[in-house]
Amino acid sequence: MLKIVNLHASAEGKTILNGINLEIKAGEVHAIMGPNGSGKSTLAAVIAGKEEYTVEKGKITFEGQDIDELSAEERAHKGIFLSFQYPVEIPGVSVTNFMKTAINETRKAKGLKDMPASEMLKLIREKSELLEIDRKFLSRSLNQGFSGGEKKRNEIFQMALLEPKLAILDETDSGLDIDAIRIVSNGVNKLKNENNAIVIITHYQRLLDYIVPDFVHVMHNGKIVKSGTKELALKLEEKGYDWIKKEVYG
Amino acid sequence: MPIALAVVEKVSHYNFKTMNKFTEDDLREELKTQEYEYGFYTDIESDTFPKGLNEDIVRAISKKKKEPQWMTDWRLEAFRIWEQMDEPKWANVTYKKPDFQDISYYSAPKSVDPNKTLDDVDEDLLAMYKKLGISIDEQKMMNNIAIDIIVDSVSVATTFKKTLAEKGIIFCPISEAIIEHPELVKKYLGTIVPQRDNFYAALNSAVFTDGSFCYIPKGVKCPMELSTYFRINEGGTGQFERTLLIADEGSYVSYLEGCTAPARDENQLHAAVVELIALDDAEIKYSTVQNWYPGNAEGKGGVFNFVTKRGICHKNSKISWTQVETGSAITWKYPSCILKGDNSIGEFYSIAVTNNYQQADTGTKMIHIGKNTKSTIISKGISAGKSQNSYRGLVQIHSRAENARNFSQCDSLLMGNDCGAHTFPYIEVKNKTAQIEHEATTSKIGEDQIFYCNQRGIDTEKAIALIVNGFSKDVLNNLPMEFAVEAQKLLEISLEGSVG
Repeated sequence: MLKIVNLHASAEGKTILNGINLEIKAGEVHAIMGPNGSGKSTLAAVIAGKEEYTVEKGKITFEGQDIDELSAEERAHKGIFLSFQYPVEIPGVSVTNFMKTAINETRKAKGLKDMPASEMLKLIREKSELLEIDRKFLSRSLNQGFSGGEKKRNEIFQMALLEPKLAILDETDSGLDIDAIRIVSNGVNKLKNENNAIVIITHYQRLLDYIVPDFVHVMHNGKIVKSGTKELALKLEEKGYDWIKKEVYG
Repeated sequence: MPIALAVVEKVSHYNFKTMNKFTEDDLREELKTQEYEYGFYTDIESDTFPKGLNEDIVRAISKKKKEPQWMTDWRLEAFRIWEQMDEPKWANVTYKKPDFQDISYYSAPKSVDPNKTLDDVDEDLLAMYKKLGISIDEQKMMNNIAIDIIVDSVSVATTFKKTLAEKGIIFCPISEAIIEHPELVKKYLGTIVPQRDNFYAALNSAVFTDGSFCYIPKGVKCPMELSTYFRINEGGTGQFERTLLIADEGSYVSYLEGCTAPARDENQLHAAVVELIALDDAEIKYSTVQNWYPGNAEGKGGVFNFVTKRGICHKNSKISWTQVETGSAITWKYPSCILKGDNSIGEFYSIAVTNNYQQADTGTKMIHIGKNTKSTIISKGISAGKSQNSYRGLVQIHSRAENARNFSQCDSLLMGNDCGAHTFPYIEVKNKTAQIEHEATTSKIGEDQIFYCNQRGIDTEKAIALIVNGFSKDVLNNLPMEFAVEAQKLLEISLEGSVG
């Protein structure tokens, strides 16, 4: 589904990604871990097509297509979803209105008509139940005055509505209490199937107890320095990153 | 030798969505063909088009309107005051001062050109009509193209007229009111905005050519949104519009003014005056969408819009101004309320959008004179391009205004790095029981917000529209439903291409 080959990317002249190689197949769950500043969030943003990053070298293909020339919204239309680490506020725009726009814009890109209101209502009801979201929440301004946990839950709610092929969850667990982690993971697990893939960016093993990864990658200095299975995450939890640094750099 | 003077009426289709495109070429063409089909001749005939302003011109305007002597005198008085006045310079706008002797104080009528079709109309304009969802017939009217089914519009207008007449509501061109209802006009004209109020009000008082008059009798709730729409083909609007609206005791009226369609008027200077009178227990809701030609992307051309709008509230009455200002090169406009009666309420809801080289200095004045008077000000300024957008507002609490309350909120939204947002709130309080709140925010549409929307499949144009509409929601909600939908589209179009 997603294939990244020797990806180098920079922002404002500073190189952040230093030759990333990664392949993600449908039905897989990948976890990307690594110390602060290792380039995890940058990788997520580059895949999503954030303009402030420049791809210097390498290639990202999504379902066989080179997506370098595609805008962020075109990538979204193709089914790439990013759950933001810091979701932005849009005052005066309700969660419902925002998602209605997002869904219909995506449909428009596919040559489909707007989703009928009744269908939209049904979809919103169904997905809000999945994530145990209060109806009142839907009429609030997007992310404005939301608690950290509400913001993250709202991100996964959006993911549920958009049903992406590839979902990248950037530190979705930060700011979540234990109940919220359970609700969010439960939602993600229900959305997971053999046709989609999930990338989890996290610092902690905790979330991976709920959403079990097939692969775990460790990033350092803009590179994936070690890949393994879920046991690798447990080892990191226990030992930290220093042993990997030693292993890689000697 | 007679003075060379042809005074010709400009009749634009007086529809709240409709304004004419009227170029110098059209004008020349019309003068050549001599088709003064509306027959507005004065006894001083000529085929040249005179410019300039003097007492004779003022008299000629009044005469052509068949006005009574008191009206002519009132105009002349205004003209003499105007001659002594200087243009106001305190607004935060810079522009080349118009040459008042280089303006024709009467413009030619627009007649339907039988050879013209929509194919002859500017493509950009047509594209914009399409976006606004303006019907083909309306597009034709706006561009002075013959319409086959105009009879329908006329009959619709007639039906509305009948309904209004049954309620005793008077709604007609002000020139008609001067002749048909002189007692009302005489009693109220100039009482809220006196001739000497300001430079542009004085000018308007001297030379206004048309506008609306509305009277709602005691206890009558006007059964429909009154708008210039219903006066289609009956009158004309012009550079110097004059509106007088009287809501008698216990009555209610909602009035819509302006148009969402781009008004490519070639008259550079517009100076309108609007006076509202809300008698005891009456309520007036006055909504405006202003979309005069703002000039091109380089800041060339565009309308100068210098407007004086003011209302007076008697006991327990309420005046609510809602405005969406997207057009004009220069906007100078402060719809205000004099809260004279006890327990009266004034409201001002405004969205002002400036893009490219537009400049807007707009706001309100809330003058609290009566006891327990309340006012609310919600102002949303959106600046893009190289534009400058200023809010200027006065909240004045007089010494006898016990328990007066005001809440003001002024929010500015900036797009890009070359525009400006300014806030000039003036507060004068002479009664210590007053409660005044002022909130202000300035924010910028951030790349992060845009990227967030993009990531959800919403392109940048649409994202901006979404953010701007969210920002403007408190004001849009105060517009009548249909108008709000159009205004929302208009906001999107006005800001198109403003984030590259």
